[in-house]
Amino acid sequence: MLRNALSAATRPALQHSRTVTTLSAGFPKVAQRLPTKYGGVYTVTLIPGDGIGGEITDSVKEIFEHVNAPIEWEQYNVSGVSSAGEDLFKQAMESLKRNRVGLKGILFTPISQTGHISWNVAMRQQLDIYASVVMCKSLPGFPTRHSNVDFAIIRENTEGEYSGLEHQSYPGVVESLKVSTRAKAERIARFAFDFALKNNRKKVTCVHKANIMKLGDGLFLNTFRRIAEEYKSLGIVSNDMIIDNTSMQLVAKPGQFDVMVMPNLYGAIISNIGAALVGGPGIVPGCNIGRDYALFEPGCRHVASDIMGTNRANPTAMVLSATMMLRHLGLDSIANSIASATFDVINAGEVRTADMGGAATTSEFTNAIIKKL
Amino acid sequence: MLAHRSIVGVAQGAFRSAQSFRQYASASPTAAFAGHKGSNGKYTVTLIPGDGIGPEISESVKDIYAAANVPIEWEEVSVTPVLKGGKTVIPDAAINSVKKNTVALKGPLATPIGKGHVSLNLTLRRTFKLFANVRPCVSIKGFKTPYDNVNTVLIRENTEGEYSGIEHEIVDGVVQSIKLITWDASERVARYAFHYAQASGRKRVTAVHKANIMKMSDGMFLSACRQVSKDFPGIAYDEDLLDRVCLQIVQNPQPYSNRVMVMPNLYGDILSDMCAGLIGGLGLTPSGNIGRDASIFEAVHGSAPDIAGMGLANPTALLLSSLMMLRHMNLNEHAAKIEEAALSTIAEGKMITGDLGGKASTMEYTNAIINKLTKA
Repeated sequence: MLRNALSAATRPALQHSRTVTTLSAGFPKVAQRLPTKYGGVYTVTLIPGDGIGGEITDSVKEIFEHVNAPIEWEQYNVSGVSSAGEDLFKQAMESLKRNRVGLKGILFTPISQTGHISWNVAMRQQLDIYASVVMCKSLPGFPTRHSNVDFAIIRENTEGEYSGLEHQSYPGVVESLKVSTRAKAERIARFAFDFALKNNRKKVTCVHKANIMKLGDGLFLNTFRRIAEEYKSLGIVSNDMIIDNTSMQLVAKPGQFDVMVMPNLYGAIISNIGAALVGGPGIVPGCNIGRDYALFEPGCRHVASDIMGTNRANPTAMVLSATMMLRHLGLDSIANSIASATFDVINAGEVRTADMGGAATTSEFTNAIIKKL
Repeated sequence: MLAHRSIVGVAQGAFRSAQSFRQYASASPTAAFAGHKGSNGKYTVTLIPGDGIGPEISESVKDIYAAANVPIEWEEVSVTPVLKGGKTVIPDAAINSVKKNTVALKGPLATPIGKGHVSLNLTLRRTFKLFANVRPCVSIKGFKTPYDNVNTVLIRENTEGEYSGIEHEIVDGVVQSIKLITWDASERVARYAFHYAQASGRKRVTAVHKANIMKMSDGMFLSACRQVSKDFPGIAYDEDLLDRVCLQIVQNPQPYSNRVMVMPNLYGDILSDMCAGLIGGLGLTPSGNIGRDASIFEAVHGSAPDIAGMGLANPTALLLSSLMMLRHMNLNEHAAKIEEAALSTIAEGKMITGDLGGKASTMEYTNAIINKLTKA
């Protein structure tokens, strides 16, 4: 179904294959409670985030208002620029726990050792939204160096290098722990195969560095291979590739990839390469899915503070992420019309933001989408 | 877990370490070449032909060097592991040769797959303390890829980080892999990066990191780089997130042609291969491993056993690596002459090997380069 998010306009034939619940596929559906909904209106937590977040979520709000989407926002303007926003961050977390569905920009994380830990990571770990899904697909009407790019990146979101466990054993000697577990490797591998199955994709590639990290990535790879056996008869092909080779293949022959599944850090690298292949972080949508919660955010996680407040940001990634959210809530027809309008505007090529070689502002681009609707 | 963990004390610890290692830092050499010519007026260089296509492409390099009158005498050694005291090790002859000559050129090695074998590359790296891996990637005229004007230089820390090899299974199904970052190693590679920038006329060093997530380990790498940057006032220094660098190089590699990137082990491994992908793969990219005791220049592609012995292999990567070696030895004129001959041969496209879309054999390609050299 996520594939449809990007290709609804071009490939309507696939629509029949998805159902409302596909996003929660791959693990037992034991949601104790449905997303918060009163009188047919869903309440969704909105965290615009830092940098361009405010501008691009404004476009989503305007578009949703125009199509009368049954979504009520519960907005929290959390900012990671200083640690002062922690109370607000906690409120936002509580709101997410209540509503179970959220739309989010990216929060800034300080590099300094005295600064707070990444709240983006904290959210993913606390809500256990373990599967990050990023869709990289060439957009019709917007040629880049590579054509026919169409793959999905499934990234483990809660462990690995992002464990946050580090210590200095001796002055000048630091250890950083990467934690890999069989349980988490298994559920992400299953998610990837189920995703492939539901979205009519044929191949799942496991990306790893098991030749060096024989135990850690070895566990991930071996678990993947074991799970792959269960999907063999369903016609899903599996293979694996070392991360350095994968990055080389991606920039040379991206057409060979379909669904890719990988541990946390490699996901950060691959999603950025993927975004660069199809035209930048402004157009790549994504989401984080767990057993109980779903948080939608641009697939390529950049704050973009350099163009913040200049009304030049490309809201496409956020708008498409929002349409993925609508589908997740079962509001397919609205999602499809917004996605098609966005693709139509890009395909027409008259109104484009600076990152796509145009001169339009964020608001002009948003208005063009609204006009199409 | 949201509270700021009390790492203030640790941060201070890192700072203190910066102080205590300061002296060591200033004293460290930059691993410059210190060899001397032999009685025949030539430098002796160890040659490790390697496995698979290794011997063929080494032969090609030797022929070209002979034609160009490079003052180098090759000392050929094998690094095929031998059994010594129950362990497989590199033969002493090879180790002594590299130690004596301090410079070596190496073809691809096939690491036997299976338990108990430490990769030979890793063994060489450890034996000679090869702390920095230098990976330049330059677009080759005549071999079209989606990217033109690539000209990146990446320097990778080569001894620790994610490749420390320290891993254990705590309980069934839970594994810890330790990424080890030390001030010494970070400082050492940073210093070499600045030295390289200075020597190659690049005006900027960019440290690539993920310190927003790995605040202490990558944080220490950054503070070592910052510290070293103070000793090189003529070279600008900045820092960039791994994510952003991946994104920007793939979108447009051109802005990276004015700088040297320096980074911890794993990031360097991934990014250097990614940059190689931009210009057409590992068959066209040279690589040098710089150590304090010796430096080994090598082709990083595989040993291609499928075409071994058929005379079809492309020797370009090994040749370009050998040119890095010449520049390391300050034989810049010879390097420039051979480079010109090789690149123009590829640009003309008449005598190129199969992997570049041509039909020439290794021998024909080599001869084409030699013809240019002797004509010039």
